[in-house]
Amino acid sequence: MEADIVCVGFGPAAGGFLTTLSRAILNEDGSTAIESPAAPGLPLQVLCYERADDLGFGVSGAVTRARGLRESFPDLDSAQIPMTAPVKGEKILYLLDPVGASRRPVLMRAADAAIRVMGGILGVRDDAMELPWTPDFLDKHGGLVLSMGQFNQWVGQQVMGSGAVQIWPGSPVGEALVEAGGVAGIRLVDQGVTKEGKPADGFLPGMEVRAGLTVVADGPVGAIGRQLDKAFGIPDGHHAHDWALGMKFVVDLPETCELDPGTVLHTLGYPEPEIFGFFYVHPNRVASMGIFVPSWFDNPARTAYRYLQHWMLHPAIWRHVKGGRLRSWGAKTLQESGRRGEPRLAGNGYARIGEGSGSTNVLTNSGLDEAWTTGVMLAEGVLEILKNKQPFTAENLESAYVSRRRGSWVDKEGRTAARARDGFQRGIIPGMIGMMVTGLTKGFVSMPGKPMPPHRRVPDLGEYYRGRIPPKEIQAIRRESDARGISAHDALMERAGWPAIPFDGELLVSHQDALLIGGKVQAPAGYADHVEFLYPGDCKSCGSKICIEMCSGQAIYPGENGRPAFDREKCIHCGACLWNCARGNPKDPENGLIEFHAGAGGLHSAEN
Amino acid sequence: MRARADCTRRKTKLMPEYQIVVCGSVVPDPLQTLEPVSGPAGPALKNEMMLPAWLDPWAGHALYEAAGLAAKNPGSKVWLVALGPKAKLQQAMMTLAQKAPFELVALDGSASGFTDATETATALAEAIRAIPGIDPARLLVFGGWESASRGAGATMQIVGEILGITDQFQGVDEIGTEADGSLRILERIEGGQHQVSICEAPPVLLGWATGNLPEPRNNPQVGMANMRAIMPALQKAKPAKVGADGVKFHSVSLPKQSRDTKVVKDLPPDQIAAEIVDWITNK
Repeated sequence: MEADIVCVGFGPAAGGFLTTLSRAILNEDGSTAIESPAAPGLPLQVLCYERADDLGFGVSGAVTRARGLRESFPDLDSAQIPMTAPVKGEKILYLLDPVGASRRPVLMRAADAAIRVMGGILGVRDDAMELPWTPDFLDKHGGLVLSMGQFNQWVGQQVMGSGAVQIWPGSPVGEALVEAGGVAGIRLVDQGVTKEGKPADGFLPGMEVRAGLTVVADGPVGAIGRQLDKAFGIPDGHHAHDWALGMKFVVDLPETCELDPGTVLHTLGYPEPEIFGFFYVHPNRVASMGIFVPSWFDNPARTAYRYLQHWMLHPAIWRHVKGGRLRSWGAKTLQESGRRGEPRLAGNGYARIGEGSGSTNVLTNSGLDEAWTTGVMLAEGVLEILKNKQPFTAENLESAYVSRRRGSWVDKEGRTAARARDGFQRGIIPGMIGMMVTGLTKGFVSMPGKPMPPHRRVPDLGEYYRGRIPPKEIQAIRRESDARGISAHDALMERAGWPAIPFDGELLVSHQDALLIGGKVQAPAGYADHVEFLYPGDCKSCGSKICIEMCSGQAIYPGENGRPAFDREKCIHCGACLWNCARGNPKDPENGLIEFHAGAGGLHSAEN
Repeated sequence: MRARADCTRRKTKLMPEYQIVVCGSVVPDPLQTLEPVSGPAGPALKNEMMLPAWLDPWAGHALYEAAGLAAKNPGSKVWLVALGPKAKLQQAMMTLAQKAPFELVALDGSASGFTDATETATALAEAIRAIPGIDPARLLVFGGWESASRGAGATMQIVGEILGITDQFQGVDEIGTEADGSLRILERIEGGQHQVSICEAPPVLLGWATGNLPEPRNNPQVGMANMRAIMPALQKAKPAKVGADGVKFHSVSLPKQSRDTKVVKDLPPDQIAAEIVDWITNK
């Protein structure tokens, strides 16, 4: 099939791109403003393929300054977008350790002790201290608390309602058509295949869509973006070594909760010093709350789900949510290398936008607005190219899109933030100091540190639990969990002093119930497994198996013969397995032993 | 199968080039947790406009069966008459359009289930009558015999009555065309049995149970073809006056649920059954 522009993925970046483009394709009376080169006589043919089963499934909540959004929607009425509220108050809470299991550096323990002694003066309440001020670089006053799922649905309705653009959910893109040093379109994944991808009943080969421009907006772990990285390389000095998993609950708050819509809480210090928390209050007594687990948190059993529950049970959080109820749940990977993870932004026949293009600002913790703005800039560039009746060559895209981006606030602030997190490579305290110094000096000074791929820095279980759990016990726990076909982190954490979770069936629910009643995870039949273990023999000998411990949906589990196995029906497509492998790929040392292809299904909730 | 009933009518035999009109609307994704609430306009579902929308699964069976029948009878055509909030219809159509070829007739109105069945049926019947070129002698009206959204269990029958279609079948699982052009309809009846009916010719109304056809795969080419007509249909969707004026809902509640989750695989059926019986017994 022929089109003019084909877009891979529908997130905020594609939203910005399609919103801007769709406004120019048709005149107000519905007549054609930009004629299609591929189908003369018709308006510009623009198609967007989204892998999830519907628009807005599987993305996360956010607080944003909304600069780019307001430029696109000058009369934006936040009440029109469900779950949106203007930011009303923003606080940073330092959480002390109420259970004594957190692995805190000595300096931090000393500081904790001092804070407790001076609690009355410092205003310590519920084992938490509110920081006296929010640094400017974190400040989101004037911005919006959003559900990205609801926002994307709203944008999708506007865009499709224009009649100028088609967005197709449930349509994973299998590969870009890389030809003659450029991209000539895409091919959708095959349907009616076995889990290994072989033709089976109802085989439907993936359709090819050829287009003058392929817009890659498939996010930080998108298969097409990574395919292009391999095909064309990434700029010298750039890398995607830093990652995080964001996992959250959407919660119906109890009647007793006094937090106003628009309230934003950031937390640090607990459940582990490396884990940061967020709490955003939406209208109608709903909140998004969760944690970020970074790749530099060197715990080979770094389960996000279990840590999220401990974070939620911290007295300073629990007092707001006790008596609440789980509404939705989800997780996603964040590309934390930011501007330094920027790939080639354009080439012959393709351009990249959004988080996968390195737009996330790792200092301000902001990604939605930046991603949106990159989409807007590409659309403006595309319209310029179309107006001049030029082809979508690397040169033309460089001039019309990349140059816009270089002159934008996204790029300027991204450069300021580029080295903000380097200090975390050396520990939590240097990391926090580095963030602060980078922010206060606007990027002139930062804490040195050399980011490494996660598999090059993560220790094994024995090393991580040294002094806490004897190696023999670790081995016994691993053997028992392998035999039961479950991850080992619950047993390891409880052995290390973390209390059992007091399940209440409402907010504190089992991991499986989070999938079923929170995320409503589904996997349509007839698709291949999208998680592939490239070297199963090496997986067998891996003692860490972080892929199992970190899997957000328990979709990767101990399989036969000591190898991990994958259950597509539980996968929420967070992509954490891609960067959580403990082994380096012998043919691709920057990456691990797991390939993460484009796949169908996942979360069925648009409230995230 | 229990009986074979003949419904012979005054109709003439026709070439099997059917005009199949499927009545179907959107419901919240069945995986979502639904919570009835009282609003200013009466009962509603909490956060209804935020819930993902899908084609009602019962109507889905009807649509897939209609597409199957049309594919077997060249020259036949399928319409989908859908009454729902326009934005939600648009959302559902992007997935549905990839499943089967059809032409959409959109009506903009509530699909909450808290509407009067007669008002809904009247709007649907009027929309069917207004389809250009519709011919009762070729007309098959399909719909779900139930709904995942507080099915009234009467809407399709009323549609048929308004359209003057007296051959109506509910709980249909199969339709086929006999050599003489008559329709062979397999219908669920009491006692877990089926009844086979032979209808000489349309018009006929079928309320589908589950049918026999699986949900079709997403075919992007079908989607593209459908979408050329779907977006214009959505743009000119007329408001449908449906609601529950004058109806007082004394109370609304969901069936009481008890939930236990256990994920197991490859368990023998006997053991699964035994565990379920044990669970029910101990509740």
